[in-house]
Amino acid sequence: MFSFLMAKEECISQRNKTEHSSILRNRKNIPTSLKTSQAPFTSVSKDKISQTAGHSSEDDNQSSNGSSAQLFTRRHGESPVKVLLLLVVGLSFSTRLYKITEPPHVCWDETHFGKMGSYYINRTFFFDVHPPLGKMLIGLAGYMTGYDGTFPFIKPGDKYEQHNYWGMRGFCAVLGSFLPIFAYLILLELSQSHTAAFISAILLIFDTGCITISQYILLDPILMFFIMAAVLSMVKFNQQRYRPFTASWWFWLVLTGVNLAGAFGVKFVGLFVILLVGLNTIWDLWRLLGDLSLSLVDVAKHFLARVVGLILLPLFLYVTIFAVHFVVLNKSGPGDGFFSSAFQSRLMGNNLYNASMPEYLAYGSTITVKNLRIAGGYLHSHWHLYPEGVGSRQQQVTAYSHKDYNNLWLVHRQDDNNSQSGSPDLVRHGDIIRLEHKETTRNLHSHLHEAPLTKKHFQVTGYGINGTGDTNDLWQLEVCGGRKGDLVKVLRSKVRFLHRATGCVLYSSGKTLPKWGWEQVEVTCSPYLKETPSSQWNIEDHINPKLPNISLSVLKPHFLEILLESHIVMIRGNSGLKPKDNEMNSKPWHWPINYQGLRFSGVNETEYRVYLLGNPVVWWLNLASLGLYLIMVAVASITIQRGFSLGPKRIEQSQVLMRGGGLLLLGWLLHYAPFYTMGRVLYYHHYFPAMLFSSMLTGITVDILLNSADLLLQPPYSDWMQRVGQMVLLLSVLYSFYLFHPLSYGMTGPLAHEPGSTMAGLKWMDSWEF
Amino acid sequence: MSYSACVEASGIRGPSLQSAGSTDRTPESSIGRCLQTNTKSGNRRVTGESPAARRHRGDSSRISAMLQLPLVVTAQVDLVLVLVSLLALWTRLSRLSYPNAVVFDEVYYGQFVSLYMKRVFFIDDSGPPLGHMILALGAYLGGFDGNFVWNRIGAEYPSSVSVWSLRVLPALCGALCVPLVYLLTLELRFSHLSALGAAVLLLLENSLIVQSRFMLLESVLIFLVLLAFFSYLRFHNAPTSSWFRYVWLLLSGISCAAAVGVKYMGLFSYLLLLGVAFLHTWNLIGDQSVSHLNVCVQCVCRVVCLLVVPVLLYVFWFYLHLSLLNRSGPHDQLMSSAFQASLQGGLSRITQGQPLEVAYGSQVTLRSSASQPIPCWLHSHKANYPVRYENGRGSSHQQQVTCYPFKDVNNWWIIKHPGRQELVVDTPPRPVRHGDVIQLVHGMTSRFLNSHDVAAPMSPHAQEVSGYVDFNVSMPAQNLWKVDISNREAESEVWKTILSEVRLVHVNTSAVLKLSGVSLPDWGFRQLEVVAEKLFKAHGSSLGWNVEEHRYGTSQEPKEREAELHSPTHIDVDRKISFWAKFLELQWKMLAVKQEESEHKYSSAPLEWITMETNIAYWLHATTNAQIHLIGNPVSWGVANLSLLAYQLLAAVYMLRRRRGFKDLPDGTHRQADRFYYEEVQMFSADRCLICVFHSVPYCVTVCVCVCVCVCVCVCVCVCVCVCVPSAVWDQFVCLGCVCVGGWVVNFVPFLLMEKTLFLYHYLPALCYLYLLSPALLEHTHTHLLRYTHTHTHTLTNTHTLTNTHTPAQVHDVAAQ
Repeated sequence: MFSFLMAKEECISQRNKTEHSSILRNRKNIPTSLKTSQAPFTSVSKDKISQTAGHSSEDDNQSSNGSSAQLFTRRHGESPVKVLLLLVVGLSFSTRLYKITEPPHVCWDETHFGKMGSYYINRTFFFDVHPPLGKMLIGLAGYMTGYDGTFPFIKPGDKYEQHNYWGMRGFCAVLGSFLPIFAYLILLELSQSHTAAFISAILLIFDTGCITISQYILLDPILMFFIMAAVLSMVKFNQQRYRPFTASWWFWLVLTGVNLAGAFGVKFVGLFVILLVGLNTIWDLWRLLGDLSLSLVDVAKHFLARVVGLILLPLFLYVTIFAVHFVVLNKSGPGDGFFSSAFQSRLMGNNLYNASMPEYLAYGSTITVKNLRIAGGYLHSHWHLYPEGVGSRQQQVTAYSHKDYNNLWLVHRQDDNNSQSGSPDLVRHGDIIRLEHKETTRNLHSHLHEAPLTKKHFQVTGYGINGTGDTNDLWQLEVCGGRKGDLVKVLRSKVRFLHRATGCVLYSSGKTLPKWGWEQVEVTCSPYLKETPSSQWNIEDHINPKLPNISLSVLKPHFLEILLESHIVMIRGNSGLKPKDNEMNSKPWHWPINYQGLRFSGVNETEYRVYLLGNPVVWWLNLASLGLYLIMVAVASITIQRGFSLGPKRIEQSQVLMRGGGLLLLGWLLHYAPFYTMGRVLYYHHYFPAMLFSSMLTGITVDILLNSADLLLQPPYSDWMQRVGQMVLLLSVLYSFYLFHPLSYGMTGPLAHEPGSTMAGLKWMDSWEF
Repeated sequence: MSYSACVEASGIRGPSLQSAGSTDRTPESSIGRCLQTNTKSGNRRVTGESPAARRHRGDSSRISAMLQLPLVVTAQVDLVLVLVSLLALWTRLSRLSYPNAVVFDEVYYGQFVSLYMKRVFFIDDSGPPLGHMILALGAYLGGFDGNFVWNRIGAEYPSSVSVWSLRVLPALCGALCVPLVYLLTLELRFSHLSALGAAVLLLLENSLIVQSRFMLLESVLIFLVLLAFFSYLRFHNAPTSSWFRYVWLLLSGISCAAAVGVKYMGLFSYLLLLGVAFLHTWNLIGDQSVSHLNVCVQCVCRVVCLLVVPVLLYVFWFYLHLSLLNRSGPHDQLMSSAFQASLQGGLSRITQGQPLEVAYGSQVTLRSSASQPIPCWLHSHKANYPVRYENGRGSSHQQQVTCYPFKDVNNWWIIKHPGRQELVVDTPPRPVRHGDVIQLVHGMTSRFLNSHDVAAPMSPHAQEVSGYVDFNVSMPAQNLWKVDISNREAESEVWKTILSEVRLVHVNTSAVLKLSGVSLPDWGFRQLEVVAEKLFKAHGSSLGWNVEEHRYGTSQEPKEREAELHSPTHIDVDRKISFWAKFLELQWKMLAVKQEESEHKYSSAPLEWITMETNIAYWLHATTNAQIHLIGNPVSWGVANLSLLAYQLLAAVYMLRRRRGFKDLPDGTHRQADRFYYEEVQMFSADRCLICVFHSVPYCVTVCVCVCVCVCVCVCVCVCVCVCVPSAVWDQFVCLGCVCVGGWVVNFVPFLLMEKTLFLYHYLPALCYLYLLSPALLEHTHTHLLRYTHTHTHTLTNTHTLTNTHTPAQVHDVAAQ
């Protein structure tokens, strides 16, 4: 680890040497770097980055030590710098791992992600809106540390008692501890300044928000780990541009791809870092294309290498993650109903697994009807009427994704109610049937009223009593692609229900009804007879005691079909997360000003309270330096554009400001601006990836600002001013951390607005809730 | 039809001047300069001499000319331009008053026109007021008195309404778009032929014709946006030495402000224009040959014309709007009490002459500052909360406190000092200040406003608010409220009627009185629920209350007091709020008011616009079945889509090749000559090739969109990189892309992210940009892409009058569309 700091100057010095020697030395490096990837800290799979980097460059030094005495002396001169990195590592791990087991109860979203970790251990299928990697890793960490998956994680505040939860928390905390280290290394590459790197690392280490969000069983530390690792390897890769196709070049390229797959595999937010890397790569290729000393074949090679490393490899890894996910989760669980009948037949314990039921649909059967649109849901009705002003005030009919006894319907002939004795008749293509809701005895009904949301369609209701209704209750059943007289196969036939009186077809629009409809999905009768999955249904459950049960081998879906289906379900689920009425709705503009945090645990005076809130000094400094950065860049770029002559120091500074700072600003924008367009419910913690970029930008901005003190003052004074500025910054961050640390490490006793509280006088904004 | 730039229709002219006037006439010289007086043109054309000599020669020749000849005017008229203008006027203005019935959105805009005529205040969240004002101007000129109810599409106009004058302004704007497009193409430095092509595309686009012929705003918007770009490019293309060009810049700023003032959609084009202007300014800053002072002055001029002036004008539209509408009307309720009081009639009639300072003993009504879901007043009545709610939770069974959206005697509350029993105002009155603790007594039932740790009926996370009844010993009264004036200026400010926005903080629990916005069920008479909630949970305006009606109570006895409450208040004091306060409030309300999401029969999704899947039936005659539909011209629609795709492919190819050092596009020196020389045969072969290419491209629109969006991003990124290479043709190509493709992108892509109900007509501005693009791109392809095939036959001919050889090109041009 020590010698890692040398990596940078190594790179620089290597650049000057001939290509030949650098290739040689790199060849030598490969085995060592591979060997050393099993270095001490590897409790986590992906923390090789710093490790390998460190070791490989140490190797470099040793190999070149004998020849370059000059390098040796420089190394001596920078020995305090090594201390800086050690300091960062030490502080980072100690702040994150301190009091990791406190509080010994479920905090905030641990109730979800802990539970999902348990599902992996129990191999139970579930549904979540995020891709599986994060939860798989949590489950793995729990499994390795002796958690047996028996804790139910019912609600926040449940005591863990004898269960081994520390492993999962510790895993997240270790990943979270890497963030300041990565920030340090990234800035070192971007700005070549230890001060800038140290400033941003300190900002992250002593940010209460970063500490809190790293200490619990959440996806965010894992996500941020991959994001930062991806950025670091991208920056490292950029640094290798003078020796393309060498081993280290490939190494960083592949590592970038791996981290991208990781980030995207944890949460879809990883898409933003993919965009960042993508834009950077496009820029890089553009540069190569303009380099006329390279032949087009070389450019094509570069292009293909990036396609392989940054697109195909991550894609492959991502698909692999899902393959593992589906292989591991093979038991029926709470997520079944979100998926199609075919999907469910894979799951052990599901009623469709090795299903056994009457093969052909018959009169008098009890059935469930599932829409063929992905995540379409079951045809459903319940004891609630449409509200006034929405068509007629008859009983609601919706589509519902969960399995429920209200999904059961009875199949009747058009006229008679009770099925006759003897073996029942089978339903055929083109028959006129009536569907009676088993629970409420209303018939499936439609009429010429506007549907509640899709105004062009007709409303579908439950009508009549005990199965007696009117002619609007009649539906013609058609098997898609069938001919007159065809039987209706359960599960396999796609059927349509044509309304007899109006000629419309039963349709699920996919729109979520408002609160009066229990946020279930709208069902309409569409006058447009286009064949789409929305208007096609299949019979999923089929109960008829009078018919023999036959084991059906349901068509097992292909892996790619499962993959596609689960993605569409996830995306639907994500956009369906609308804010509830009573819930605090966080807006994106709240976040940079640290307007309001999130309660992780505890409300009252007696409880152990943890509150996710950024260190206000750090966050407001970040905000201020964003503005400062824009001003500085504007001044610098106008000066250059106008052609004023600058000293070499200034030119170098403005290069760092524009290139490095630009990259970080882009990262911040990509991780922040898209939230303004999102319709789903947003939380404060969504800002944390952007906050990492913002803190790194602060490092560069503040460092260059302090370095520019000589614009105002004469040399000795300007140095003093620089030192004073750095000390003031450091001390204020430390002091504010001392003030606000109870937010992360927990507090009890009176609330902040009361005088006896540990946080008395620190409630600087009324909106903070501690 | 002759394709001549300027036909000189002149009388006799002086020999010396004639030569000066007609040499060096390039096709560049635009139409604005075609109408020139003899002397002026002579003065301008003589070049290559020292200024003094020129002045001397000009003076002497002018004098001699004046002496020798009678007064002569030489006018150059672009007949093509005149012709397309006339055609445009004919298509847009003929039979304008047919049908004599309300067509589509006229039903929507019409109501605002009526309100303008009656000068009644309204608020419309669909856009700023300038558009409505323009429509109202037409109505005003036609003598419309506002007495027509726009209640349904298809309703016949009475004979007293001049339909023609209602529709003439949008139609005129729509007609003027056609010559404007012609001129704009010229300013983009393309030929008159391309200009004619663009004008014809616009002229024959039936959706634009339909949209222009009725009382709708799209045509006005398109006109203003085109005008803004035209005048900006005019400014940009003018020689830097002339100061007159800043008039064009100013005009550009003004039309931007007007475009944004007509519809918020204009903002997209405005931002694009700012972007283009920024790029140009950035190049100017990099131009070392210009002095620092000059650069500063130019930058300041641009900032003033393109930023300051539009913002001021935008505010000015609101100033006009607010000064025109000074009577109260149906939308009053959405605004704050202070705003309402500034309108004639309505609230101001009631509140006139109320005492300003709220004192102990004051009788007040408290209005919630929230306008969601509807404005209402704090209310109580003789009914208690049910002991048990439907879901089994218990209540305090005390008197209900609600928020009621109608004026009612039960809205009156009396402010009481906690330490004293009197309910009358002392002489002199003791005013209530910020931070004071008060009790609120309900006027009719004498119950105290109370809150306690009982879950509220509909929002169980908040506290219930009740009128306290003392029959339950276990529940002590908690009826002290602290007055917290949120918009105070000084610490101990007095609580003022109407002006002060007050939060009532419950002393025992430090919860705040809040309108939750939920309707109570039948037991609460479907009135709105009022709760007390901890401050940090609640946000914004639902916490604020202000005193609307106010008088000093004088009667101590309950019976007398009741009579007093029933009597109206009347005294005279005028209370005005400033224009800025009104402007900010109105603007904020317009942005914040959300219309209910509803799907319309003819609404469509943005991606459907490209394929033109959904038309809109504008009007249908009940008996004759005569109809008007909004639907595009499929041919030009297809041409537009193809040219969009073609431009992007071309741009991508060019940029990749440029990056590799191939400069496909030559410098600008030969360009003007090249452009006007073709032989017929080559024309046809070239065009045939093009057409083949066009036909072989599959009409796959989804792919087109994806490619477009991706490539556009690349274009935007790369344009900045490429601009630094000075090459006139390349500049021309880039400029075309920035304006046309950029215009399409900014007017189309944002709709993909919007969740409101959208219609086909929202696409029309974006479409106009594509119509600008198509002919220009065709010309570009012709001149530069196919140049290699017949370079050897080229002879550089400088022609200032274009001859008949070009007619086939033009014919073909039109045919290709």
